[in-house]
Amino acid sequence: MSGGDAIPEFSKSKSGAKSGDGHEVSLTNLSAFASGPGIKSGKEVAAILAVAVIIIGSIELALRLFHVPLYIMPPPSSIAYALFDEFPLIAPHLGYTLVELVSGFTIGAIVGLVLAAVITQFPFAEKIVAPYILLLVTTPMLALVPLLILRFGFGYTPRIIAVALAAGPMVMINAATGFRRVDSAKIALARSYGASTLQIFWKIRAPMALPMILVGLMIGAIFGLLTAVGAEMVGGGFGLGNRLTTYSSMIQMPQFFAVVLILSTLGILIYVLFFLIGKKWASWEA
Amino acid sequence: MNTGDAKKPKLGVQAATKIYHTASGDLLALDRCSLDVSANEIVSIVGPSGCGKTTLLWSMSGLHSLTSGEIRLDGKAITGPHPDIGIVFQEANLLPWRNLDANIRFPFEIKGEKPDRAWIAHLLNRVGLDGFGGKFPRELSGGMQQRAAIVRALALKPSVLLMDEPFGALDSFTREEMNRLVEEIWLDTKTTIVFITHSIEEAIFLSDRVVVLSARPGRVAKEYRVPFPRPRSLEIMATKEVFDLTNRIKMDIVGERTRPKAPERPSAEIVRIRP
Repeated sequence: MSGGDAIPEFSKSKSGAKSGDGHEVSLTNLSAFASGPGIKSGKEVAAILAVAVIIIGSIELALRLFHVPLYIMPPPSSIAYALFDEFPLIAPHLGYTLVELVSGFTIGAIVGLVLAAVITQFPFAEKIVAPYILLLVTTPMLALVPLLILRFGFGYTPRIIAVALAAGPMVMINAATGFRRVDSAKIALARSYGASTLQIFWKIRAPMALPMILVGLMIGAIFGLLTAVGAEMVGGGFGLGNRLTTYSSMIQMPQFFAVVLILSTLGILIYVLFFLIGKKWASWEA
Repeated sequence: MNTGDAKKPKLGVQAATKIYHTASGDLLALDRCSLDVSANEIVSIVGPSGCGKTTLLWSMSGLHSLTSGEIRLDGKAITGPHPDIGIVFQEANLLPWRNLDANIRFPFEIKGEKPDRAWIAHLLNRVGLDGFGGKFPRELSGGMQQRAAIVRALALKPSVLLMDEPFGALDSFTREEMNRLVEEIWLDTKTTIVFITHSIEEAIFLSDRVVVLSARPGRVAKEYRVPFPRPRSLEIMATKEVFDLTNRIKMDIVGERTRPKAPERPSAEIVRIRP
């Protein structure tokens, strides 16, 4: 507030002097990701860690104090031990899940982006298609997994399809919102230099849509993860979701929670990845 | 061409008429508006709001087509955006995801040409933006953004510069500084400038000629020559001549605003509406 907002126009100070301020403004002004972690000072990080230690410590203490059975809620220390101990056995399953997530998400995202870019060029077609897209967005694609398994068997295929079906519409609906943000003055600017429709798309529409596209990709990836794990729980002998059902059926709760921990970490990594991309490429949006 | 030896205008507007077809009916924005701009001249267009100033300017730029009439640049009719015409838009209209350098490179990218680095550096220096190339628009004040927009508009060396209320959003001190800057650039390049503004003072300070448009539908209502020598100083702006001229233009505009409105629709429309 104090440093970045008022850049005196008439001052002839060197540009370097203010670059720090400007940069900081850009990091915190990323409105599309405004609910995100933002920039934490050392103090804040320390406080967050302290809270984590207190919460985990008191859970550990309470569970041991009241002799809660392991199959109801294992103490954090045993989860940490299981994570460490079982990781070589869990790791391949993490790999399977990642394969499903990455390939399904890539297919869904590409199809979603292309459809969004094309459909927004034709407002009439967009109006016709909109309710069906909404239907795709709101239908939990997990519901289709049993059907997909019937058709495609217990391999990767039904899962990848389910992930693509879950991620695609999310990417599409957000990207379409981005592509619809037409700034006629900026398009007029490009046209005044004789820009072609394609040039206007790549140099004006696409960059303008980028912040919303990133939001769509992030939500799509998270939905993709949920769907991948869900599909693995439904059928097939591999993947992190399959580990969850296996460990819980064997009442191996520390291992079960170790898998949950891996899944939360995956989700956070997805979030952080897109947050960082957004910070780098879409921070102009204030 | 057919007039032979008569001095050809740089930019000639001949009976320009523009009808907007809107949901609530047709709107006659320009009605047989004619205006000649000579080479190396600065002409300001003022008029009551909604009188079609911007419509006229956008038609000159080739971004709007006219319903009838024609606009000629160096004697040739303008049918679309023309490389010899630069535009400075309302607000700076910089691309926020590009830094200043990339914003100024933008016209060259669209044209597929190599940027003329020496010329750009000269312009940046001229407007006092040396060393700001890596800054993003949001890091700059409104005045600096508009200066960058002027550099962008001049980057392709247009022979005509169209400016659409470029300084309307700036405070009055910054605006005066920008006006001096435009005059300096003009003394430097002698680019023909058509300048649209709400500010009569700005129009008088900058122009060789001030054109007053009538209330909608826009036509040229009055023209004033501004005889003061250049470079003009702020002292000139405080003289009685300027004061009188300002008031006359102001009265013209007020008169236009309160004048009983001409029918806004073409006569055929009126016939149709009649019960």
